[in-house]
Amino acid sequence: MGHEMLNAWLYIGLFTLVAAALPAIAIFLAGLLSPRKPNPIKDATYECGVETVGPAWTQLRVQYYLFALAFLIFDVESVLLFPWAVAYQQLPLFAIVEAIIFLAILVGGLFYAWRKGALNWQ
Amino acid sequence: MSALQWVFIIASLITVGAAVMMVASHRMMHAALWLAVALLGVAVIFVTLEASFFAVVQLLVYIGAILILIVFAIMLTQRSTEAGSRLNSLAWGAAGVAGVIWTALTYVFIRWVVSGTPMQELGASFDDVVLLGKALVDAEGFAVPFEVASVLLLAALIGAVYIAFERKGEGS
Repeated sequence: MGHEMLNAWLYIGLFTLVAAALPAIAIFLAGLLSPRKPNPIKDATYECGVETVGPAWTQLRVQYYLFALAFLIFDVESVLLFPWAVAYQQLPLFAIVEAIIFLAILVGGLFYAWRKGALNWQ
Repeated sequence: MSALQWVFIIASLITVGAAVMMVASHRMMHAALWLAVALLGVAVIFVTLEASFFAVVQLLVYIGAILILIVFAIMLTQRSTEAGSRLNSLAWGAAGVAGVIWTALTYVFIRWVVSGTPMQELGASFDDVVLLGKALVDAEGFAVPFEVASVLLLAALIGAVYIAFERKGEGS
């Protein structure tokens, strides 16, 4: 740990700054250099050349929420398994069996959701 | 002050500012986006405190999954996408209770014995993720909570599927 880890994070921080700066500079320069001759047709909102109908704030289907919730659960599972995987080579067989039980319980849940048809997109 | 302290202070200011903007914004979706900035700021604070694992968990779980869930929930409920500043009639009472709890927690943390003891320097070979991984599956460590966490996740998954299908049964 210590400073080597922080140096690794420093690269990520620099990448984040550059990633934010590049589009910001591009948009700023475009605003600075482009000529402004607005007219109603130019300013109209369009999507792929078609005029928009209704507001952009549409109601999503409950299925999206269900998928996000299932993703959250397996996301937390992967977070709990990550330290176990890092320490894998220093662990006894007992610990491996424990992680397999951990996985088996959740696979049971996945199987339940599958059988209930929760993973089908209607 | 060192560069790390500057990063910590700037990240803290951004986090607090984003949290205030989140509470103050009238649209639910804007509040959710400000929450993303606040959570990202907390992740940066974790990095400056050399808690890399927590920073990754913060990004992966809170921003990657929970925030997506919140955004989906907002887009699912039609009414909450409308702008409006309808203050709950209990808002001032809730603010008072939150203030009292915050004051009490701050007092407890300041009076806590641990806050006075100096921190120990960790060796270069110290790897917190390996230690955590060992402790999670150690029978004398957190083996039982580790397995119970799996059952908790199972309950959440089954509950989510059950509730979604109940709603479908009502024909909405």
